[in-house]
Amino acid sequence: MRATHLSGWGRYPIRECRVATLRREEQLADWSQTKTLIARGNGRSYGDAALNPELTLSMLARDRLLAFDSSRGVLSCEAGVLLADLLRVYAPQGWFPPVVPGTADVTVGGMIAADVHGKNHHRDGSFGAHVESFRLAGGNGDVLTCSREENLDLFRATLGGMGLTGVVLSACFRMCRIESEHVRTETLGTPDLDATMETLAASNDWRYSVAWLDGSAEGGNLGRGLVSRGDFATRDDLSGQSSAYRSRAPVSRQLPTPALLSGALNPASVRLFDALYNRVGRFRKGPRLVHHTSFFFPLDRLQRWNRLYGRRGFVQYQCVLPVSQSSRGLRAILERVATSDHIAYLAVLKLLGPQGEGMLSFPLSGYTLALDFPMRPGTLELLDSLDEITTAHGGRVYLAKDARCRPDHVQESYADLPSFVDVRQGATSGTREFSSVMSRRLGL
Amino acid sequence: MSRSSRRNPGTALVVGATGDIGRAIARRLGRDGWELQLAARDPSQLKAEAQDLHLRGISVSAHECDVLKEDGGVSLIDALPATPDVAVCTVGVLGDQSDAETDWRAAERVMRTNYLGPALLMGALANRFEQRGHGTLVGISSIAGERGRRSNYAYGSAKSGFTSFLSGLRSRLWRSGVHVVTVKPGYVRTRMTDHLELPALLTAEPEDVAEAIARAIRKRRDVVFVGRLWRPVAFVVRAMPESIFKRISL
Ligand SMILES: Cc1cc2nc3c(=O)[nH]c(=O)nc-3n(C[C@H](O)[C@H](O)[C@H](O)COP(=O)(O)OP(=O)(O)OC[C@H]3O[C@@H](n4cnc5c(N)ncnc54)[C@H](O)[C@@H]3O)c2cc1C
Ligand SMILES: NC(=O)c1ccc[n+]([C@@H]2O[C@H](COP(=O)([O-])OP(=O)(O)OC[C@H]3O[C@@H](n4cnc5c(N)ncnc54)[C@H](OP(=O)(O)O)[C@@H]3O)[C@@H](O)[C@H]2O)c1
Repeated sequence: MRATHLSGWGRYPIRECRVATLRREEQLADWSQTKTLIARGNGRSYGDAALNPELTLSMLARDRLLAFDSSRGVLSCEAGVLLADLLRVYAPQGWFPPVVPGTADVTVGGMIAADVHGKNHHRDGSFGAHVESFRLAGGNGDVLTCSREENLDLFRATLGGMGLTGVVLSACFRMCRIESEHVRTETLGTPDLDATMETLAASNDWRYSVAWLDGSAEGGNLGRGLVSRGDFATRDDLSGQSSAYRSRAPVSRQLPTPALLSGALNPASVRLFDALYNRVGRFRKGPRLVHHTSFFFPLDRLQRWNRLYGRRGFVQYQCVLPVSQSSRGLRAILERVATSDHIAYLAVLKLLGPQGEGMLSFPLSGYTLALDFPMRPGTLELLDSLDEITTAHGGRVYLAKDARCRPDHVQESYADLPSFVDVRQGATSGTREFSSVMSRRLGL
Repeated sequence: MSRSSRRNPGTALVVGATGDIGRAIARRLGRDGWELQLAARDPSQLKAEAQDLHLRGISVSAHECDVLKEDGGVSLIDALPATPDVAVCTVGVLGDQSDAETDWRAAERVMRTNYLGPALLMGALANRFEQRGHGTLVGISSIAGERGRRSNYAYGSAKSGFTSFLSGLRSRLWRSGVHVVTVKPGYVRTRMTDHLELPALLTAEPEDVAEAIARAIRKRRDVVFVGRLWRPVAFVVRAMPESIFKRISL
C-alpha cells in the first residue's frame, strides 16, 4: 500500500489516496480492518468516483480472460481487463463488445459500474443489458454471483452503481458478431440544433450515431454540428472497396512534452471546428470505410490528451433530458454557456434509448449532451446554473463524468435512488463500506 | 477473417510465469508469435495464466516448478515437451532484510530463491542449449546486485551471485551459439514492491521490462537495464569508493 495523488481523467479534484493493487482474490481479507474502500479501474471516469483517501483498490492486475463460448459469443473475464485488450484479441476473430464508450482505455469493471452507453444506445441499450452475470465481493468479504436469476437486486444496484455495492471481480457478457473490422460511416453537417436533433432521430436505422457540436456557435447557428453515423461493414461492403480506400488502425501518439503543450487548448483552437464543418459541408460524400478504432475512439489517438487542459484540469458536464424537454432544455443550456465567458471545448450530442435495469444508470429516453470545460474561476458556478436547467427539464447528470454536482440534484433526478440505498445498506451493513469521494460529496 | 498472421519465432519458456514481470513477458512474447511454456509453483495460478494466454490465441503448455525443491530445475526440464529456444527466468523474492539478519532461515530462503535456484536451473538449461548449438537464456537479476547495500544485502548479494553466474555462463557459451542475457531492472511496480514508495521517474512497469527483454532477445544484447537512468546509476554505485559507500544509508 502506498499513498499517492490520484484524480480522474479530468484531473480535478486531486486527492491523496492510499492505493493498493488487488492481485489475488484472497488479498481482500487483508483489508478487512479497513472501514471504507473503493475499487478503481483505469481512472477514466472524469471526477471523483474512483477515489477514496483511505483505500483505493486498483483492479488493473486482475486482467485475465477466463472463458469464451464461441457458440453464444459469451466472454467471461476478470474485472480489470481493458476494453482495448478485448478489441485486440476479439475484433480480428469477428467478435465485438456489445457497447463501447468513447475511449478503449476503460476496464470491464468500470463499464459495469458506470453502466456505460455507446453510440448504439438507441438500438442496444447500455453495457449492463448484455451482462449475464458478475461476481461481487461485498463488505464482509463474501463473494456473490449476481445475475437476473440470482441476487437480482444487487445485480441492478451494481450496474451503474459506481462501485458503491462492492468490488466486481469478474463478469460474463455477450459479444456481437461483426463481419469486418471496419465501419461504414457517413458524416452530415447540420446548420442548427433542431437540424442536429432531427438528423440524430432520423438515424435510427443506423446502429451507431453521435453528433459533435460546434461549441462556439451562437445565435441562429447554436447547436450546429456534424452528425456521424455508421454500421459495421459487411463482407459485401468490403469487397466493393479497394483496400487502399480503407483506413488502417491508427497509431496512437504520446504527447511529446506534456509540460510544454499543457494548456495548449485555447479559444483559438476551438475555431478548428469551423474549418472541419465547412470541409464536410462542401465535400458531402457517400459513406466511407474507416477502421473501428478511428470511428469509436478518435480521441485515443492522442494519449493523455487530458493534460492539454493544463494544471487545473477540466470538468465534463454531461446531462440527459427526456425527449419532450430536450429541444427547449438543450437550447437553454447552450445559450447559458454562450452568454457566459466560458467556452465548451468539446460538445457531443447523442440520442439515447430507454432506461435500462441499473438503479443508478444514467441513460433515459432523450438527448444527452456532454460539454468539456477547463477549470477556471467561475466554471463551477456556471455548472451549477446548468444543473438548474437540467433539473427544471426533468433531466439528470452522469455520475461517471461528475466532479461537482450537489447532492439534492442527484437525489431528485435518480428516481430509483431509494431502492439503491436499501440494497447497498443490506449488502454492506455492519461491515466495511464501499464509498468514494463522490459518494461522500453526494451524501450517498 | 484470419487471425493476424504471426511469424513463428520459436518456443519460449517463462519460469515464474505467475509473477507480474513473468506475466508481462509471457503476454509480450506470445503476442510476438512465440509458443509458450509456462512454469510456476502455484498450480491454480499457473492454470489461470495458461488459460488466459490460450484465449488470446497463443499456444501454451503449463509446468509446475518450485526452485526451492531439490530437483526443481531438473525435473522441470525433463517435463518440457520440447527444449525451448528461449528460456526466461524471473524467479525471485525480495524478503525482509531485518528478518534475514536475525533468522537464518529467512536469509537462506532469499539466497536460495534468488541465486541457487535460478542459477542451477539456468546452468542445466545451458547444457541442453549447448548440445543443440543454439538458444537464448534470459536471467532477471537486479540493479540491487551491483553492490551490497545495508538495506537489502541478503537479496542484493544473491542477485550479485546470479549476475556473476550469468556472465560466466555467457563467456563459456558464446562460441557455441548460445546467448545469455542479464536483465537488471531498477524499480518495477509489481507485487514485490507494492509496499514501497517508489520514485515515479525511476519506476518502470512490468510491460517495460517485457519490452526490454523482447528487444534484448532479438538484438542479442548481453546486459540490459530498464529505463535510461539506471545504467548511469549503476555506474556511480559501482564506482564509489568503499570508504564513502559504507557511510551512505542506501
Ligand atoms: C475520452 C472518454 C470518453 C468517454 N466516453 C464515454 C461514453 O461514450 N459513454 C459512457 O458511458 N462513458 C464514457 N466515458 C466514461 C467512462 O466510460 C467511464 O467513466 C468508465 O467507468 C471508466 O472506466 P474505468 O475502468 O476507467 O473506471 P474508473 O474511472 O477507474 O472507475 C469508474 C467507476 O467504476 C468503479 N469501478 C471500477 N472498477 C470496478 C470494479 N472492478 N468493481 C466495482 N466498481 C468498479 C469505480 O469505483 C468508479 O466508481 C468516457 C471517458 C473518457 C475519458
Ligand atoms: N519489482 C522490482 O522492482 C524488481 C526490480 C529488480 C529486479 N526484480 C526481479 O524481477 C523478477 C520478477 O519479480 P516481480 O517484480 O515480477 O515480482 P513477483 O511478482 O513477486 O515475481 C516473482 C516470481 O518468482 C516466483 N517465485 C518465487 N519463489 C519461487 C520458487 N521457490 N519457485 C518458483 N518460483 C518462485 C514467484 O512465484 P509465485 O507467483 O508463485 O509467487 C513469482 O512468479 C524477480 O527476480 C525480481 O527479483 C524486480
